[in-house]
Amino acid sequence: MFTEPLLSGITLGGIYALIAMGLTLQYGVARIMNLSYGESLVAACFAALWLFTAVSVNPLIGLLVIVPLAALINWLVYQVLLMPLVKRAPSRDALEVDSILATFGLLFVAQGVMLAIFGGNYFSYSFLAIPVKIFGATVSASRLLALGFAVVIGLALYLGLTRTRAGTAIRAVAVDPVSALLVAIDVRATAAFAYALGGALVAAGGVLVSMFLTFNASLGVVFTMKALIVVIMGGVGNLLGCLIAGMILGLTETFVATYVDPGLTLAATYIIFILVLLLRPQGLFGARRS
Amino acid sequence: MKLNAKLLLSLAAAAALGLSAPMLSAQDAAPKVIKIGYAISKTGPNAGGANITQIPNYQLWVQEVNAKGGLMLKAYGKRIPIEVVEYDDRSNSEEAVRAVERLIEQDKVDLLLPPWGTGINLAVGPTFNKHNYPQLTFSAVTDRAPELAKRWPNSFWFLGTSKQYIDAFVDLLVKLRKEGKINDQIAMVSVADGFGIDLSKAARAGFEKAGFKLVFDKSYPIGTQDMAPIVGEAERSKADTFVAFSYPPDTVALVDQARLTSYAPKVMFTGVGTFFPLFPQRFGENAEGVISLGGWSKDNKATMEYREKIRKLVNRDPDYWGSQIGYSSLQMLEQAIERVGKIDRAAIIKELQTGTFDTVIGKIKLENNMPKDAFWLLGQWQDGLYVGVAPQRPGVADLRVPKAPWKK
Repeated sequence: MFTEPLLSGITLGGIYALIAMGLTLQYGVARIMNLSYGESLVAACFAALWLFTAVSVNPLIGLLVIVPLAALINWLVYQVLLMPLVKRAPSRDALEVDSILATFGLLFVAQGVMLAIFGGNYFSYSFLAIPVKIFGATVSASRLLALGFAVVIGLALYLGLTRTRAGTAIRAVAVDPVSALLVAIDVRATAAFAYALGGALVAAGGVLVSMFLTFNASLGVVFTMKALIVVIMGGVGNLLGCLIAGMILGLTETFVATYVDPGLTLAATYIIFILVLLLRPQGLFGARRS
Repeated sequence: MKLNAKLLLSLAAAAALGLSAPMLSAQDAAPKVIKIGYAISKTGPNAGGANITQIPNYQLWVQEVNAKGGLMLKAYGKRIPIEVVEYDDRSNSEEAVRAVERLIEQDKVDLLLPPWGTGINLAVGPTFNKHNYPQLTFSAVTDRAPELAKRWPNSFWFLGTSKQYIDAFVDLLVKLRKEGKINDQIAMVSVADGFGIDLSKAARAGFEKAGFKLVFDKSYPIGTQDMAPIVGEAERSKADTFVAFSYPPDTVALVDQARLTSYAPKVMFTGVGTFFPLFPQRFGENAEGVISLGGWSKDNKATMEYREKIRKLVNRDPDYWGSQIGYSSLQMLEQAIERVGKIDRAAIIKELQTGTFDTVIGKIKLENNMPKDAFWLLGQWQDGLYVGVAPQRPGVADLRVPKAPWKK
């Protein structure tokens, strides 16, 4: 009885973390508050769906195509569309505002293209929807897989960012781009790399959730909202924070749904969100901004 | 003085022009086109529903009418083609109201087609009514339909009230209980949004009156796709009947979760999405036995032909509830216009209220602006087709209970 909500809470938390990881890089390092984030995720869902239904390529193999492609597209978007904003922004706060406006436009372009190609219908396909029993509770293999990816990607990137030289450079850009320049870090190239990496992560998340979620071209904003909450709760730019904030939200939702009332899941989520904002405005793992 | 005379002259000329122009067109010159406008959710959360139930019907109907040369207007003795003006309401009621006002006042459309969904149809109701445009809604279910039809005589509510669906469902359940096929316990979940709230309210009253016990009755926020806790609770409740008033993504998630945990209620009723082509695609054989709203006649050639046409047009099936009824409402509008013979909206409304019409789902005569016994209220997936199982009318299929066990 207890293991069931625990297990489904952890898997749900893993999914939330997975959805949010790309945004924490794009927002935390590249300083682009990407409002079209959810659209990128839905685009990856569609790409996986198309590969699976039209060309019968298994979504896991699809990852090998979609993820690098997404990284490339995001790198190009940064270079072509966002670089002018980066160049002319007098401060990081100004860049944040400009990027919100620019990516807001991008949201409609991406959504419009998807609507034109796929229409507004709901889509859903079944892959790895096999029941797996763990400690007497049943979860689907596809959700477990998404959890596994979230944990592996989250930890690997966390270690990569904290233990390697390149990772340290990325964190330096996140913390203080001006000083980073002084120690010969190519700030723009690093930010572009972080943005592209974030794009690759969101694509991976999209492919994985497409295996069990029902989606349509208009669903992007739902994912953007969820990702934003997780990112802000976890601390902007912190992947471990992302993982833990995702888990907290997933477990809260599942336990509230099981023991209190499924109608209160959203309320519980937002209460926790508000508490975090009140007590630790920089997020659970965020560094205090000077 | 000279200036005044000039002004007077031009005013008179303008007045003469202004007066004579409409008289001329009304008596002699036939309009070049009949302008038909609609605002519909092409984007936003309603787009999924609008794209399946409504937009293909509009496209098909306009295409067919124009292929014939247009609508036959007796007053001018010839067919006049339809020109469409379309706006996206972005799933937003205020946007829909503004768009409908723009269609009436700026685009000066001759007729309007309704938007998608209960909420938005209620929102644009006063505007349709103020300008006396017929509003033939076929994607709105509301218990206020009879009252609204009285208040806005120009409005028609083809899908009727939530109560009529619940009554039909309760009748089926009472019969099953009498036959000893199910116990008297029901587990019910609903999405905390228009459709879920309305239907669960009606269901609560209906189940209680018939002596059923609601052993699990919870709602969940819109957008929820993680159904493990809900399905787990429902399973533990030991109810033989599981009812979900859900939206498409949650419908899929609920059925998927039930399949995953081998939760097999004897009667499984799920909400919107069950009657979408997506459902059998997603669940294949496992769709068998699932019950929901709407339904399709097994042996009606006209609806089968209609399905072929929709398939050809948009490369997928229509849904098995509102689509056929929506297309029938457009056929009724067409027949009403042609019987009146000109664009006289008051006369068209009158004809819709009183006439009898031939449609793909059969003959329809409205009673208080709503069809009576014209279509299936409940359907069940049987051998790959979503057949009507209630009410009891010719062609009804026998309900299959208990639901077949899940196949992995």
